[in-house]
Amino acid sequence: MLEVRNLCVQFGSGKAALKAVDGLDLSLAAGEVVGLVGESGSGKSVASLAVMGLVDPPGRVSAERLNFAGHDLLTMQASARRKLLGRDIAMVFQDPAGSLNPCFTLGAQLMETLAAHEGGSRHALRIRALELLRQVEIPDAEQRLNAYPHQISGGMSQRVMIAMAIACNPRLLIADEPTTALDVTVQAQVLQLLLRLQRERDMALLLITHDLAVVAETAQRVIVMYAGQVMEMGEASVLFNAPRHPYTQALLDALPERNRGAKRLTSLPGVVPGRYDRPAGCLLAPRCRFATLRCHTEHPALLGEGPNRVRCHFPLNADGANSAQRSESET
Amino acid sequence: MSQVLFQALDLRKHYVISRGPFRPKAVVRALDGVSFTIQAGETLAVVGESGCGKSTLARQITMLETPTSGHLLLEGVELADASKDVLKNLRPKVQMVFQNPYASLNPRKRIATILAEPLRIQGALSAQARHEKVNEALARVGLRPEHAARYPYMFSGGQRQRIAIARALMTQPALVVADEPVSALDVSIQAQVLNLLMDLQQDTGVAYVFISHNLAVVEHIADTVIVMYFGRIVEQGPAHAIFASPRHPYTRALLAATPRLDPADRVAREPLHGEPPSPLAPPPGCAYASRCPHAKPRCREETPVLRELGVQRVACHFAE
Repeated sequence: MLEVRNLCVQFGSGKAALKAVDGLDLSLAAGEVVGLVGESGSGKSVASLAVMGLVDPPGRVSAERLNFAGHDLLTMQASARRKLLGRDIAMVFQDPAGSLNPCFTLGAQLMETLAAHEGGSRHALRIRALELLRQVEIPDAEQRLNAYPHQISGGMSQRVMIAMAIACNPRLLIADEPTTALDVTVQAQVLQLLLRLQRERDMALLLITHDLAVVAETAQRVIVMYAGQVMEMGEASVLFNAPRHPYTQALLDALPERNRGAKRLTSLPGVVPGRYDRPAGCLLAPRCRFATLRCHTEHPALLGEGPNRVRCHFPLNADGANSAQRSESET
Repeated sequence: MSQVLFQALDLRKHYVISRGPFRPKAVVRALDGVSFTIQAGETLAVVGESGCGKSTLARQITMLETPTSGHLLLEGVELADASKDVLKNLRPKVQMVFQNPYASLNPRKRIATILAEPLRIQGALSAQARHEKVNEALARVGLRPEHAARYPYMFSGGQRQRIAIARALMTQPALVVADEPVSALDVSIQAQVLNLLMDLQQDTGVAYVFISHNLAVVEHIADTVIVMYFGRIVEQGPAHAIFASPRHPYTRALLAATPRLDPADRVAREPLHGEPPSPLAPPPGCAYASRCPHAKPRCREETPVLRELGVQRVACHFAE
């Protein structure tokens, strides 16, 4: 349904240009849940904004292909694109309290979305808004329609955001860190709600998060991004059990639950490369414990067949074994 | 090492809230009878949802506020009704690391100034000695001496949190209160900072009060755990016991809600519905009864008290 090929988002130009997203390929079928994970600065949010057409100048978006359900989002007229966005592609943002307008009641904000895409009498819109609040399991929905955002809790605000996003029965829902600002208990509620709605409506769901455990519990496929590039993608069960990229492995190993009984956590030294210290070869090379000379000089391509691909010169074996021996014999 | 460092006895903090000119004032019981002990060199984790009183507890321990009633003993010295002079002398022993390293460092001061400030306030050392201490502190958290002349904006989140930790350790405290110290950090950086915290504990013997909502992190770092709900402790005990056999339904719900990588670790979801009651209108009986799947009529009438159950203490009528 959504097909993205070689998506690039650039800020600045010439030598100072920063490629926030560098050659992202992404495809989503109806009813599929895909997790997009990465640390801050990996370009996952910018990628989703680019799909939504929300990257403002000086940011520049280019792609070989950016198709959604038969429409080419790149060549489409701005007005036609605006009609599509919010109706067929909807987005839930990270900070629910910051995404709601504090000056208007929840009802007014929900009705605004509905009026923009579907229209109808005020009375009909109000009934639809009420129905939406009930669908996202908000208690006393009738009273909440007249409540202002400051009168409800963070979890409740996120439910309202989800209600707004699903108002026009979107076919693709992009959720950018939907539960990061919430307590674990509320996070579990919101995730369950998202998955229930996704199943009932056969929506595609792109879940952007830095929490690997959340992705492991929800997504069928996972894309791991680092510094704007896809490092590894594949089926969730395969990727979490036998990561092939050292970065994926390092992320998993850094989690406390993979270090039970150990005194120290396995940590990945260093930080994500910035604008001026982008390595020439593999982007992970300065932090990778398996890095060889070739990794520092030659940029690896995203290789592999089927859904499982990895961007590494020396991918890890199925048993997660060190590939350094192999590289030594090669050089 | 098993020596009592800090003790809270029946600690209460109530805030009086004005609800407008024509309505009676309300009382919010942010902390309602909390007792615990911290041994020297150990880590006490405090977990619970937002609004359960975790941060209020941190403000009492760090002497930023005076509790409404109850006792706070630091190495046997009473803090709850101590005079300003006594508190001033005690404050260097309890320091704090805040959640957001982007907000907790003054953007207009150099790292050297930020780190030297606690020492300057103490006033015991010369400028030269302070300078040396700053360099030592930077080295201890894995930063280089040349970083001292830089400003906070030049550092990443993880580095800033290292600086915040270095600052907390400047006065050689016996206790550091860390309020969600890694929740703003990425996974790989989180591991670095947690390792640093544990290394520093090993080297300096500092005790931590570790406030967090991430149970996976708590399980890794904590020796003892307090689970709070609505201003009260619902369960406390050694970390391994609480994670192996949680007794309170709320603890079980928290554990079940924590997302897990490994399908084998996933507990059958006992989904927690609703949200905590309003602090302005506390319900009679157990505060958790409105969300508890096992609630009986007794829970709505009688407030459960903490009682011993094996190595743990649980506030539930039906914990067995």
